[in-house]
Amino acid sequence: MTDASLKAVDERQDGVAEELATRPKIIGARVKRTEDPRLLTGKGAYVDDRKVAGMLHVAFRRSDHSHALIKSIDVSAARQAAGVVAVLTAEDMSEINAVFATSRMRDYHTTPITALASKKVRYVGEPIVGVVAKSRYLAEDALELIEVEFEPLPVVIDPETACLPSAAVLHDDAGTNVLCFREFKTGDADAAIASAPIRVSGRFRFYRKTPVAMENRTYLAEYEVGRDELTLYTSSQVPGIIRDALSDALDMPGSQLRVIAPDVGGGFGGKASLYPEEIFVAVAARRLGCAVKWTSDRMEDLAATSQGFDQIVNAELALDANGNAVALKADVIGDVGAYSIYPWTAVIEPVQVVSFLPGPYKIANYLGRVRGVATSKPPTGPYRGVGRPTSTFVTERLMDMAAQRLGMDPVALRLRNMIQPDEFPHRIGSGIIWDQCAFTECLNAACDKVDYPTLRARQAQARAAGRWFGIGVACYAELTGIGSRISVAPGMPINTGTETAKITIDSTGAVTAAFGVTAMGQGLETTLAQVVAEHLGGRVKDIRVIQGDSAAVPNATGSYASRSAVLAGGAATLAAKEVKDKIIRAASHLLETGPEDLVVEDGKVSVVGTDRALTFRQLARAVYLEMRRIPADKREELASTKTYDPVFGTSATAAHLAVVEINPDTLEIKLERFVVAEDCGRLINPMIVDGQVHGGVAQGIGAALYEEVVYNDEGQNVTASLVDYIIPTATEIPPIEVVHIEAASLTTLGGFRGMGEGGTIGAPAAVANAVADAVAPLGIDILELPVSPERLFRLIENSKQHKDATHGHET
Amino acid sequence: MTEPVVIRITVNGVEYEKSVEPRLLLSDFLRNDLGLTGTHVGCEHGVCGACTVLVNGESARSCLFLAVQLDGAQVETVEGLGTAHAMHPIQQAFHECHALQCGFCTPGMLITTVDLLKKFPEADDEQIREGLSGNLCRCTGYQNIVRAVRMAADELKAREVKEAAS
Repeated sequence: MTDASLKAVDERQDGVAEELATRPKIIGARVKRTEDPRLLTGKGAYVDDRKVAGMLHVAFRRSDHSHALIKSIDVSAARQAAGVVAVLTAEDMSEINAVFATSRMRDYHTTPITALASKKVRYVGEPIVGVVAKSRYLAEDALELIEVEFEPLPVVIDPETACLPSAAVLHDDAGTNVLCFREFKTGDADAAIASAPIRVSGRFRFYRKTPVAMENRTYLAEYEVGRDELTLYTSSQVPGIIRDALSDALDMPGSQLRVIAPDVGGGFGGKASLYPEEIFVAVAARRLGCAVKWTSDRMEDLAATSQGFDQIVNAELALDANGNAVALKADVIGDVGAYSIYPWTAVIEPVQVVSFLPGPYKIANYLGRVRGVATSKPPTGPYRGVGRPTSTFVTERLMDMAAQRLGMDPVALRLRNMIQPDEFPHRIGSGIIWDQCAFTECLNAACDKVDYPTLRARQAQARAAGRWFGIGVACYAELTGIGSRISVAPGMPINTGTETAKITIDSTGAVTAAFGVTAMGQGLETTLAQVVAEHLGGRVKDIRVIQGDSAAVPNATGSYASRSAVLAGGAATLAAKEVKDKIIRAASHLLETGPEDLVVEDGKVSVVGTDRALTFRQLARAVYLEMRRIPADKREELASTKTYDPVFGTSATAAHLAVVEINPDTLEIKLERFVVAEDCGRLINPMIVDGQVHGGVAQGIGAALYEEVVYNDEGQNVTASLVDYIIPTATEIPPIEVVHIEAASLTTLGGFRGMGEGGTIGAPAAVANAVADAVAPLGIDILELPVSPERLFRLIENSKQHKDATHGHET
Repeated sequence: MTEPVVIRITVNGVEYEKSVEPRLLLSDFLRNDLGLTGTHVGCEHGVCGACTVLVNGESARSCLFLAVQLDGAQVETVEGLGTAHAMHPIQQAFHECHALQCGFCTPGMLITTVDLLKKFPEADDEQIREGLSGNLCRCTGYQNIVRAVRMAADELKAREVKEAAS
C-alpha cells in the first residue's frame, strides 16, 4: 500500500465513523435462521436431491497409478454394457478447451485442467474415462469392463526430493516440479539473527488434510436442446467462477450458461475450485442432449477433492535479551499436488504461509522464501484458513520456544512483541498492512476469561502431582473481505474484490434480494436478510434472499476467504439504501408529505406522529399498477443493483487459548477447555458468529490432533475412508467459550470484518502449544501436526533413547 | 440373484409395495424410489451417520441395509418427524439452539436423537455426546447440537408430565 492509498483509507474512515454512530436494531440481533425449517424437515434442496426426467448418471474410471503413461484405453465392452448410453475418454472431448489457472507472478508455471486425463495420469484417483448410464449402479458395473494399460513412471511423493534436478517431472511443459517461487524480504534477517543472543528454530511440518464436507461434491447438468442452454446445478462455493470457466471451456456465452449452487452441504474451501467432473457433466449433457448427474462417493471425495496445507517450514526466530523479537527467517516448501488448481493456482496455499508468518508481531527483519512443489498426489487448494493455520502454528510455536528459553511467560512475551493499539496501520515484513486490529485486546480478553494467573497456579499443582497438564495460546490476524486492490492469490486474473446485490420490490410488494455469493452452511440467507431489512426498513421474514445463482447478477465469484458478510453485506447496504430512498420519494407523493416526515420500518412507510401509513404492498401497487397516482416522470422502479468494493479490505483477529491434559499411560490428549476471544468487527448475527467459531475450532482441533491424509511410497492414499481419515466427533470437542471484542472495522461499510475461517487458523497452534506445554518437563518439542498419540509416543521414546544415550556417554 | 424382488415396507406410516433389485441400498431406495430425499448419504460405509433412519424403532444406517432386507419392516425418516409449520420438539430445539449449519448431517442427527432420548430420557451432556458420537458434523463443533438435545429432552419430559397430569 502506498502513502497515497493509506491516506485514501483515512479519508474513507471518516465517512464510516459517521455510519457507525447510529446503532442498528436488526444488525446485531440473534435472529433465528430462515433456512432452518426446510433443512430440519428434510425439505432442503441439495444437488443430489434434484431429479429430472430422463436424467443419466455418471461413474468415473479413475487412475490407480500415482504417475504413469496411459498406453491404451479399451472401452468397447463398456459401451455394450446394460444401461450404458455413452463412454467418453479425453480423445472424445478434444474440442473442449483446457482451463488454466494463470498468474502474473514471476517464476510460476500453470498446468492444464481438463475433464479427463489424456496420455498421462498424475495422481491416484484422477478421472480417465466417464461412463454415462441409466443409473449409477449400471454406470459402476460398466467401469469393470474398461481396460486401461499403464506404463508406470517414477512416483513423486516427497516434496523436497521433487525439487531436485534428478526428480521425475510431472508436467513437461513446466520443465520443473517447482511451480512457484517467491521471496519476501524486509531488513536484513540474516545479519540480525547472527548477532542476536536468543535464537529458536525448528523444522515444522503441517501434514496434508482434506476438508470432508459432509455432502460430497455433486454436479447435475441440465440441457435445453432447442435453445442450446445449459444449467449446471453444483455443490460449489463459487458458481460465478464456474460459469465463467465453463464459458471458456465450452465456448458458450454466459447467456446460455447458468450455474446454480442450491443448498450446499458444507464447503470449507474444498468446493471453491473448478473440478474435472464439473466440466465432464456439462460436456456430456450437451453432447447427449439430456440431464447428466454425478454424485461423488466418499472414497472419491477423499481421493479427488482438493486437499489442504501440507507444508514443511524451516524457521528461525531471533530475539534480544529482553525478549524483543528482532528477526524471523523461514524457508517453506508447499506440497501442492499434481495440478495448479483453478482459479487459485498452486501459489495460494504456500505463499499465504510466508505472507502471514510475521503475524501480529513487530519484527523488523524478515526473510520468507517459498516454493510450491508439484507431487503425484491430488491438488491442494484453499482449505479453511488457507496457509495461515500453518504460519500461525510455526510463529506461535517459536514464540513459546522463545518464552521457554527466556524463562518468560508466553503471554507476557506476546504482549511485549505485539503491535500495540496506537501503532496501526502497521506493515509487517511480508508487506501486509494491518488496519486497526485488536491483537492485545483479544489476548487479554482470552486470559481474563480463564483467570490466567490462577490457571497457571493450577498447572503448577497438577505438575507437582505428576500430571501432564498444558496451557497454550495462539494469536493471529487474517486479511478478510479483501477488495479489488488486493488479490486472493497473487496476480490471479479474476476479480475477487467486488460483489453485487440486486434488490427489488415487485408489484406485490415482496422484497427479493439477489446475490452472487453462496452459502454452504454459514447462514447468509439470514444475515444478508438482516442487513437488507435494517437499511430498507423491511422485516427479515419478508425478504427473500436469492444466492448462488450466476444469473442473479452480471458478475460474481462466490463465497471464500471470509468475504461474504463484508462484500455482499456492503453491496446489500448500498442497494437497500437506494431502494429505501425510492420508497420515500414515492410515498412522499402518495401521502403528500415531505420526505423528512416519513419513516420506513417493518415493511411499511409512515408519516411520523400520525397513523397514516402505506405497507410495501400498497405502495408497490400504487407505483406499478395504479397508474394515475404518481406522475409518469416521477415513477421509479423500486429496485437497485449495487456493487461494493472495499478496495483494500480489512482484517479479523483472535486469540485462542487451549487447556489440555494428557493421559501418561494411553497418551490420550484431552481438551479440558477452549477459549476464543475474537474480533470480526461489527456482528451481524452473534448466534451465527458463535457457530462459525465453534465449527472452525473443531476443524482446527481435528487438524492438530487427528487428521492426516497419508500417501504411501507408491502414491496410494491409505486414509481413503472415514475410518482412516479421522475427523472429530462430539466426544472429542470440548465446549468452546467465545468472547467477542467487536471493534468495528473502519475500512469497510457497516464495520464488518468478516469471519468464518478464523477458528481453524488459531486452534491448531493453540492446541500444539498446550500439548508442548504439557510435555515440556519431558524435554519434548512439538514440531509436527497432527500430534496423534502415536506421534507423541514416538517423540517420547526418542527422547528417552536420546537421554539414555547421553547418560551412557557421561558414565 | 439379480432378479427384482417385491417388498412391502411401511415408511412414515405409509405402506408401499415395490419391486427392487436385491443390491439396492435402503438409502437409495428411500431417496430415489420413494423421493424421500431428506435422508442424506454422506459416506456409504456406515461411519458418518447422515443416513440414519429408524428401522422398527431402532436407529440404523440406511446405507448399510439393502432394501430387500426390510420386507415387512417399519421405517421412519426425517420427513416423518414434523413439518416446517409444525416441527417436532427435537427439530424445534435444533432451530432454537442454532444446532445446524449446512444441514446435511441434520436429518441423521435428529433421528439419532429420537432414539437416544427414547432410551435415555435423562441423559446428561456426556451421555448425549457419547450418543451422538456415531454422527459426524463438520460445521457446528457439536456444542449447539448437545445444547439442543438437552433442550429437547427437557421439553419432551415436560410434555410427558403434562400428559400424565391431564
